[in-house]
Amino acid sequence: MSLAAALKTSDVTLLPSKRDEDWKWTDLRGLLRVLPPPSQPFVGEAPVGPFAGLANLPIHVVNASDPVVIRSASAAPYVVALHFAALGGGSHSATAQIEVAEGANLILLESYEGDEADYVANLDLKISVGANGRLERIILAADGVNAVSVSTADVTLGAGAQLVQTVLTDGARRQRIETRVAHPGAGASVRLDAAYLLADKRHADLTTVVEHQGVDGTTSQLTKGVVRDQSRGVFQGRIVVAEGADRTDARMGHHALILSDKAEIDAKPELLIFADDVQCAHGNTIGAFDEDALFYAQQRGMPEDVARALLTEAFVGEVIDRIEHDGAREVAKAWAAKGLGL
Amino acid sequence: MLSISNLHAEIDGKLILKGLTLDVPAGEVHAIMGPNGAGKSTLSYVLTGRQGYEVTEGTATLDGEDLLSLDPSERAARGVFLSFQYPLEIPGVPALTFIRTAMNAQRKARGEAEITAPEFLKLARATAASLKIDFEMLKRALNVGFSGGEKKRMEIFQMAMLSPRFLILDETDSGLDIDALKIVADGVNAMRSPDRAMLVITHYQRLLDYIKPDRVHVLAGGRIAESGGPELAHELEREGYDKYARAA
Repeated sequence: MSLAAALKTSDVTLLPSKRDEDWKWTDLRGLLRVLPPPSQPFVGEAPVGPFAGLANLPIHVVNASDPVVIRSASAAPYVVALHFAALGGGSHSATAQIEVAEGANLILLESYEGDEADYVANLDLKISVGANGRLERIILAADGVNAVSVSTADVTLGAGAQLVQTVLTDGARRQRIETRVAHPGAGASVRLDAAYLLADKRHADLTTVVEHQGVDGTTSQLTKGVVRDQSRGVFQGRIVVAEGADRTDARMGHHALILSDKAEIDAKPELLIFADDVQCAHGNTIGAFDEDALFYAQQRGMPEDVARALLTEAFVGEVIDRIEHDGAREVAKAWAAKGLGL
Repeated sequence: MLSISNLHAEIDGKLILKGLTLDVPAGEVHAIMGPNGAGKSTLSYVLTGRQGYEVTEGTATLDGEDLLSLDPSERAARGVFLSFQYPLEIPGVPALTFIRTAMNAQRKARGEAEITAPEFLKLARATAASLKIDFEMLKRALNVGFSGGEKKRMEIFQMAMLSPRFLILDETDSGLDIDALKIVADGVNAMRSPDRAMLVITHYQRLLDYIKPDRVHVLAGGRIAESGGPELAHELEREGYDKYARAA
């Protein structure tokens, strides 16, 4: 069951539905009665996205595409901006293959944008990072309000490799950004961060699966979300530590603020541990605004809207401050400020 | 300066202040003492406009202007400052950012220009030095991981930076060892001036050895039960609050 398979065959019965445990909060089958026809080739000036100016190599794709293939063997950090735009209705399918060679260092600044059409977009990425290679991946998802959008990345890492990822999204009509990591242990390290800022009736689903298959691997995960109006945030984080994957160190945190009575957060942090000698922890908090902190800031002279904005920005800022690439971090700060109405 | 008349206030439908009348003229320091549950903290929250504290009767004015109709930030902009009994931790916001945002919000409300970054840093460095606060601490998230004494010192730092006209100190001595108490008291005493006034809320007389009040009031049963000079604090220390509790 996947959106990709359904789009390929125009068969809605192949869409993931709430009967699938991993899709119960992001039901596509119940939402889409029919699949729109594949989009036509785009004619016109293609948008290049928010990261093009930061990249050694900017690539942009509008709607569907042939597979994009990026191979990096540069030991010095090499920056690729990869922008996917969805313009006009229809269904858009895209795939990308990212290969970071042994010892190479790639910064992938990925972005999605969409217009107000009711498009259905699917992006599948296959990512491999060779031994001692490094990938910093930033995803800024700005899908349209009527969009149904799924992005799935399958990542395999070599020994001693590093994956550092941050997802930033404001959701869509229904949106899922999924990252699956085959973690070899062996000194490899993974950081998976995300921030979601949702308003109106938008929906964002951040799903991650990390499978520790060998000894001496680390995973650190921090997701923060803010939901307003009638929006809905979904966090599913699963860390599996296979038998024998000793000395694994895995930590997961998900923290969300609910700013309206009608907004919703669904969270499922999972640690499945089959090894003995491991350090694993997860923390999950979901709550309303801290009214005591709000009063404290107001007492110091901040009007309520200023105080709320400052405190909310600080809440999300913890994720953004962890972005290493300076330019991308600035883009992310501007994104957060805009999303919070600052 | 501050004038409170027949103030009645309730929280969750429970009447806490029952006709409190108090005048604090400019240039004076008044202490409010009283048993636990007398309404001391309620008074500080009512004066600063905390949500949930409802005034049902009476007035409170600052230099003749009605305070009770203003929202908390407007009261702050007019110079009302509360040093919290339990200062809040503000994760993700460096102390300097927090104070600068507050200062500029106050200035904007008063129709003044924003403070420039160099001016602000200069003021912050000088103020931190006078309160023996490590400047590096001001770059950390406000109060996060700070000890009780450090938090109280940060309250006084904020007070000195914002330069309010009417200061309310709510149990500022709680959680302070004697050295920290002296630093905090020096900071407060440095702010004494003919155009400022202070209300020092405390359960114990100890703080008043360091911040000497002009007047002492006993708050019991939701109103001022007795007023006197500084000697009243010593009397309370000896005799306790029993007689007021019985009278209330």
